[in-house]
Amino acid sequence: MWRYILKRLILAVVILVGVSVLIYMLTMLMPADYIDRQTAAAVQNGSMTQDEVMRLKELYGLADKSFGGIMKSYSKWLGSTMTGDLGYSFLYGKPVTEVLGEYIWTSFIIALIAFILQTVIAIPMGIKASVNQYGAYDYTVSVFAMIGTALPSFFLSALLMNVFSIQLRWLPLQGLTTATKVFLPGQGFEVFLDKVWHLILPITVLVVLGIGGTMKFTRTNMLEVLNSDYIRTARAKGLSEHTVVYKHAFKNTMIPLVTSLSGTLPSLFGGAMITETVFAIPGIGYMALRATQQGDIPFIMGYNMFLAILTVLGMLISDLMYMVVDPRVKLK
Amino acid sequence: MAVLNKFKKKKIQGVDDTEYLTLRDERRISKENAKITREFERNKARKNVPESEYLSQMRDSRNVVEFDDLHTYFYTDIGTVKAVDGVTYDVPQGTTVGIVGESGCGKSVTSLSLMQLVQAPQGQIVSGEIRYLASDGKCYNIAKMPRSEMLHIRGKEISMIFQEPMTSLNPVFTIGEQMDEVVLLHEEGATAESAKAHSIEMLQLVGIAMPDKVYASYPHELSGGMRQRVMIAMALSCGPRLIIADEPTTALDVTIQAQILDLLRGIKDKINGSIMLITHDLGVIAEMADYVVVMYAGRIIEKGTVREIFHTPKHPYTVGLMRSKPSVNKAVDRLYSIPGQVPNPINMPNHCYFKNRCEKCTEKCGGEYPPMLQFSPTHFAACYLYEEDRDAVYFDALTGKKSE
Repeated sequence: MWRYILKRLILAVVILVGVSVLIYMLTMLMPADYIDRQTAAAVQNGSMTQDEVMRLKELYGLADKSFGGIMKSYSKWLGSTMTGDLGYSFLYGKPVTEVLGEYIWTSFIIALIAFILQTVIAIPMGIKASVNQYGAYDYTVSVFAMIGTALPSFFLSALLMNVFSIQLRWLPLQGLTTATKVFLPGQGFEVFLDKVWHLILPITVLVVLGIGGTMKFTRTNMLEVLNSDYIRTARAKGLSEHTVVYKHAFKNTMIPLVTSLSGTLPSLFGGAMITETVFAIPGIGYMALRATQQGDIPFIMGYNMFLAILTVLGMLISDLMYMVVDPRVKLK
Repeated sequence: MAVLNKFKKKKIQGVDDTEYLTLRDERRISKENAKITREFERNKARKNVPESEYLSQMRDSRNVVEFDDLHTYFYTDIGTVKAVDGVTYDVPQGTTVGIVGESGCGKSVTSLSLMQLVQAPQGQIVSGEIRYLASDGKCYNIAKMPRSEMLHIRGKEISMIFQEPMTSLNPVFTIGEQMDEVVLLHEEGATAESAKAHSIEMLQLVGIAMPDKVYASYPHELSGGMRQRVMIAMALSCGPRLIIADEPTTALDVTIQAQILDLLRGIKDKINGSIMLITHDLGVIAEMADYVVVMYAGRIIEKGTVREIFHTPKHPYTVGLMRSKPSVNKAVDRLYSIPGQVPNPINMPNHCYFKNRCEKCTEKCGGEYPPMLQFSPTHFAACYLYEEDRDAVYFDALTGKKSE
């Protein structure tokens, strides 16, 4: 098994290098870079000359957009990344690692709570729907799950914001803390409650969007298992329907479920770009979207490499989980 | 397009190629089916049903099971499939009853009805009785039994061995876990240790050389033959009065087949139980069975002792089955096969179902379904050929060929 993991890790390095080349080239080839955006107004009104802009570009390492130039700056980026230094973010004026470390946790907590809620709600729903296939419960749950999956997150967010924040005024509209409130150092609990209050809507959005997929996945797998021969054997033994469904069938459904869900665990650190932006929550997704819009190459690179590592890690965890839950699988 | 589709007709395979269903018909049928099956399901799920509702009286106390005019239907979107349509036969105590027929004759559905394991909600026991003489001396009508009561009979009194040993064991539990489960469920006062000891003993009984090792293995670590032995051990675990073996050797290779059959035969004597053996292999029947029931399209067309069926087969279908059995000491060019296929039992007309494939078909066969004729106290067949003369011989008993 260790050999398998080692092999996978070596492969992961190759994948990551490939991904980094692609992303670097693409961001470098974006039509307007960071300096262009920052200086556009100044150039327009004549307070800055084209020469000065070029000098700035030179300073930021964005001047040479030829293939050779990109490769040269890429190798510089790669060299410093190897030492753990992701460079300075143009936009935030801080080391990229610091920005990542600062904003990742808000995103992670939101995603984790949403993930747990979504799993806890969706799996029992899927099981129950599969047991009552084509029944009233099955249809109702499936329709609502499909609606949830089909709604774009910005639309659902806007809808909920309109109803609960603007019309009913139950929940805050945006942000992570109430800007008008002043908290004293001793009021840690009040700060916490304030944050929870702000996170209700975004978490609801994420849960509603996520339930559909997990529920359908559970239902489909459960139906397949329930039609298999060994379930008939279990029934023929005289086991109660409850034992048949929740022990014999569910343990088999667990295999695809656990492997796919555990594969998504690392991506919880990745942030929910659109939802965070709509609710103006300072999470990693929100920061990344802003950086991308501004052409902040070091941050874009750092963030995307971070996502790539999470994805590779997710696939590895998913494969390892197969071995844990399915006795038939042995990894070599 | 949607409008066009509505008028597009769907062909039903099988029975009659001129019959079509429109989409509207199909929707109507499935709506009606939902209504019917919901009623059945509600009935089965009732709680606290008085025992008198499902108690019955055996016709003969020497029988373990009596099927009496059993009808099991499947309510499908293209019509009601009469998978079992008026089946009547007995399983006497301590005997092996073989049930033969081509695929799709209703053999398996009959046995699944006895276990209440017919695929619900489409499949339902519609009418008739399945009387079962339980070990407590009571006679239950399984067709009417509520689901909760059935749990005490399944696995303990009647157990089942399935056709596919490769897929009939749960892949994520060890053999031991799956075997112990039955013991812990049905034996009162069983502990984890006593269940384990019992399971290992059972594995030994079915001729598994290293029971401890097999006990701790997962199903995928065993061969097909071993798995079928495990299935048999599991079926025997609680000392059932009846074992239903649904084509237990079909998926195994020939050498293993013989071993498994030997095993079943030996075990029947040991536990003094009965076996219902479902197969389409007449060789297996000849070797194992005391009584034979021949089914065709959901009905019994001939039944009798194994001697009667093999020596004086009456129904042309039985004869056809005999002739299509390969034989070593006969020189033949080509193995005989009955032309045509078993009809799909939807909307069957009221005449002999074998009519279209029968070599001996007469004008009379176009009339209503032939009645069961009795040839001896045990031998019955449903065929017009013998209506006038019960002793008429149309077939040579040994070769099964027509004797003109």
